[in-house]
Amino acid sequence: MRIEARNLDTGYSGHPVGHGLSILAESGSVLCLLGPNGSGKTTLFKTLLGLIPARGGEVLIGDARLQALPRAEVARRVAYVPQAHAAPFAYSAEEIVLMGRTARLGLLSQPGERDREAALAALSRLGIADLAPADYTRLSGGQRQLVLIARALAQETPTLVMDEPTASLDFGNQAIVLREIAALAKSGLTIILSTHDPDHAFAIGTRVALLHEGNILCTGSPEKALTADALSTVYGVPVQVERAPSGRITCLPDFGDRT
Amino acid sequence: MGERARTLTRDGFRRGAGRGTIGLLVAAVALLSMGALLVGPFPLGPFEAIGRLLDAIAGRDAAGDAATTVLVSIRLPRIAGALLVGAALAAAGACYQTLFRNPLVSPDILGVSAGAGLGAVLGIFLSLPVAAIQFMGFAGGLGAVALVGFVAAAIRHGDRTLILVLAGVVVGALTGAATSLLKVLADPYDQLPAITFWLLGSLAGVKGEDIWPAAPVVLAGLVPLVLLRWRINVLSLGDEEARALGIEAARLRLAVVVCATLVTASVVAIAGVVGWVGLVIPHIARMLVGPGFGRLLPVAALLGAAYLLVVDTLARTISSVEVPLGILTAVVGAPFFLWLLARGRRAWA
Repeated sequence: MRIEARNLDTGYSGHPVGHGLSILAESGSVLCLLGPNGSGKTTLFKTLLGLIPARGGEVLIGDARLQALPRAEVARRVAYVPQAHAAPFAYSAEEIVLMGRTARLGLLSQPGERDREAALAALSRLGIADLAPADYTRLSGGQRQLVLIARALAQETPTLVMDEPTASLDFGNQAIVLREIAALAKSGLTIILSTHDPDHAFAIGTRVALLHEGNILCTGSPEKALTADALSTVYGVPVQVERAPSGRITCLPDFGDRT
Repeated sequence: MGERARTLTRDGFRRGAGRGTIGLLVAAVALLSMGALLVGPFPLGPFEAIGRLLDAIAGRDAAGDAATTVLVSIRLPRIAGALLVGAALAAAGACYQTLFRNPLVSPDILGVSAGAGLGAVLGIFLSLPVAAIQFMGFAGGLGAVALVGFVAAAIRHGDRTLILVLAGVVVGALTGAATSLLKVLADPYDQLPAITFWLLGSLAGVKGEDIWPAAPVVLAGLVPLVLLRWRINVLSLGDEEARALGIEAARLRLAVVVCATLVTASVVAIAGVVGWVGLVIPHIARMLVGPGFGRLLPVAALLGAAYLLVVDTLARTISSVEVPLGILTAVVGAPFFLWLLARGRRAWA
């Protein structure tokens, strides 16, 4: 299922953020959104999901306009992974993941055996099945992030929107999550994610969009869009893009002279 | 469960312990009710009490028998009242705490008690009959929350939950001011004591005919809350996340507020403003069975019923003068709550 934004204006009342944003993510692909802090990535995501109203333009999810879909139908089409946060009450990780099943339950139903299986499968997929009974409030930021990703997987949607899914993860868990994202895209899902690490976009991105001051500066394949010039402009520091001997591409910002 | 998870889980017994806890609490409430029937200025033995009750049920009412009158007309309604009021306040408190994602919230947060207080005080001031005072209390509670809802809906920007709470504070302050004005104007010998007593909460005057109208309204408020229990959990993640998970958050929140307000207003109307129960009992329930609303709601209701029954029994037995409930709930509850906090459990989580 594809997600498309056409000429989308984002922001809050009296505080516009994004202007004329057009993006397109197709089935089986990963669209990576890059941009400095405050460039409007989260605002764009919330607008894509209809959590805040668009100030102009439109969003298409599959063949339907976002505004025409009831919330439950949106949640059956798109799962959202917010940045890791604190829950007010000590739900177990399993309960948090089970909440991903809500859109598949009737108004008055409780999650059943089938839902529990889906929740545990999602936790296992990310290697955190042993955290199922743990209090969510006692988990580290990275563990919470993994639980929220598991919740989105348990939602079993054809598309995923992930707000910095790797931001608070350690080196190993970043690799695990990136590998799962690539595998999910390969199995036909549509994935839109934001990241602060251009290397991640090179590693798993099918396409990238570079966001700069509320506009999309350039879009295309990582190799085409993430040039040293574009990255230097957007982040305001000199950046080199180099190809490692393994063939992987990596970005090296200039930290100044160490000598 | 792995070592990692064990250190991260608060109480091993908590998961899946819901049913056992509920069963134990039901038994405790039944036992406490039986005990409360026996104590008072007119003590009765257990067998005597059962005999009298059976007599009364069978219609063999020994006319003018003091013991039967005490049991059936005074103690039984009062015990039923304590159970109803305690259960209702604790259940409403559990709702509001989950809804507002804040463990410091009590059922009065949206001004229901302040509104009910104003309604009832106005009734006393106008020297209306008891039933009319109760109705005005009920209507005042609903009116205050409705006003809060309209004010919050009229403000179209900002965090919905925060605006609702702030509107509740404002409306509560205004109705409190109006109540104070009525107290100044009231007859100091006749009306003022009644007003003060009402504002501190009491079950002293509760009769069967007070409970019959309130109980169905409480039930009508509780049933949707029980049915929607899973979704109310999701709502505690906040509006945006709940909507991303497929919930019409605004609609669900409205339903929960309406139900919890019905529940609270109908018991405040018969018992006055009984503080503390709706704030603390949900905490204790969360310690026992965790925050999952499906278990939290019944456990909070049962604990609330048991707690208010004990406190009300104390209120009518510890001295020859009735102690207002609002005072005792705090005096008994506050040290207990401090003790729980001092034991180091994260009671509010």
